[in-house]
Amino acid sequence: MIELVSSLVPIADSFTPFIVDFPFERNYVESIIYVSLYVSLTAVLISTLVSLPIAMLVGFSEFPGKGFVVALINTGMGFPSVVVGLVVLFTVSNEGPLGTFDLMFTTEAMIMSQFVLATPVITGVSLAAVSSIEDGVRDAAYAMGGTRLDVALVIIKEARYGIMTGILAGLGRAISEVGSVLIVGGNIASSDGTSVTRTLTTAIQLEARQGRFETALILGAILVTLVLLVNGIVLRLGGGRV
Amino acid sequence: MIQRREFLVATAGGMTAALAGCTADDEGENAEILDETLTLTTTTSTYDTGLLDEVNAAFEDRYGVAVEAVAQGTGAALETGRSGDSDVVMVHARSLEDEFIRDGYGVNRRDLMFNDFIVVGPEDDPAEIDGMDDVTEAFQAIAETESTFISRGDESGTHTKELAIWDEAGIEPSGEWYREAGSGMGEVLNQANQTPGYTLADRGTFISQQSELDISIRVEGPIERGPDLLANPYGIVAVNPGVHENANYDLAMSYIGFITSREGQEIIEEYTVEGEQLFFPEAVSENPNFQQYVPEDWTPDEE
Repeated sequence: MIELVSSLVPIADSFTPFIVDFPFERNYVESIIYVSLYVSLTAVLISTLVSLPIAMLVGFSEFPGKGFVVALINTGMGFPSVVVGLVVLFTVSNEGPLGTFDLMFTTEAMIMSQFVLATPVITGVSLAAVSSIEDGVRDAAYAMGGTRLDVALVIIKEARYGIMTGILAGLGRAISEVGSVLIVGGNIASSDGTSVTRTLTTAIQLEARQGRFETALILGAILVTLVLLVNGIVLRLGGGRV
Repeated sequence: MIQRREFLVATAGGMTAALAGCTADDEGENAEILDETLTLTTTTSTYDTGLLDEVNAAFEDRYGVAVEAVAQGTGAALETGRSGDSDVVMVHARSLEDEFIRDGYGVNRRDLMFNDFIVVGPEDDPAEIDGMDDVTEAFQAIAETESTFISRGDESGTHTKELAIWDEAGIEPSGEWYREAGSGMGEVLNQANQTPGYTLADRGTFISQQSELDISIRVEGPIERGPDLLANPYGIVAVNPGVHENANYDLAMSYIGFITSREGQEIIEEYTVEGEQLFFPEAVSENPNFQQYVPEDWTPDEE
């Protein structure tokens, strides 16, 4: 994960020359980009690790109440981020069940809330992708003597474009949401302008609150560029066929 | 209820386990001596004016401790202190601060600084309140002419003050002309600017945002010889370590000590935006002011 982030930082660096002329400091913008990427990519990575097994399990088993589970996952895709923020707030707050870990106003708390937001999206889309794989593929894999893991890998390979779309949708949801990271992260930047828990979205919110709409717009453009860039990279890795 | 709590613990526990591998790495490069941070919850007015960056940078230089300032409204800032998620609270609504202290959540309150509130409004001034020296009359005029008024509506210090003024004016504001924005000062100023309408603002935020606004001051506060009702005093309170074990009390007191010291007060005194002083320090004084340590209506006979 960390390698992934640090491999992305040079990419961020490579286009910061375009933005240093704007009315804020390089360090400020870079650290905000870093926090945004770190939080959202970590959250999405964990979400993916949780989502794929769930999608496989639900997709390939029949059990009473399956329809309900699918409905639940799909409902989760539309969870309002502020509500998720509130729930995480109560969880990590000093008086909540995780109070002892001192997670309030940290990137870890932000990762938690984005995890909650991204997981249903990734699970839901992957589930649809996995379910659309014909039974024949699975049967053939079994027939060739594959273990359960082998079969799962074959299915993931078959459904990879759909799964990738799910992951990208989850990332889009995570990196562009403002409600929950604002509540649990607190939009903190240190006094020298280095972001602690400030992301692009909360920075935009702050700039807009202070009436600096141009700066807010520039940060918005950076956010869109970033999402585009990440999408491009993932699509390229996936053979560009989504 | 218990089940829900267990569920939360279970899911959250799973998540922390999952997260455990990737914590800590983003903290590594901060080389504080103490490797501790102080969480300060405060109002948008001290944050958005840029004052806190100045004060916190000086504090960090001196103590090597990072200050994490979270800008909320006064109500939310105190609430965060109540749940023990911040160490020190800097706000501007004495009645709410008093409640905070009375309930045992805050200790060692100090008067910090003041500025004042002003009523701002559009150039054409539909309620004709420009230059009034009685803010209650101005509010009455706004209500009578049903001119648009944007209220913070967010339990902030400014909102608390606004409600106190309506109360004083004997009006219960309602109707289409009275809009509760539920947002920070900066956003409300933007809204008042675009609507256009009147609003109550703290002078600091207004000055720091003035260049972006077409609305201007209609009723002055006490700094420009306006009514005392528009005074805007800021206080700072440490979170009580007796209630919240994890409150970083010694750092909180260091911070309070620093910001109420001559050095800290000078930073406040010298902080200007567009050539105007935003906050007036009031912590350093030869004469004792016992009243700042206790709730305003507190008497020694109280149990």
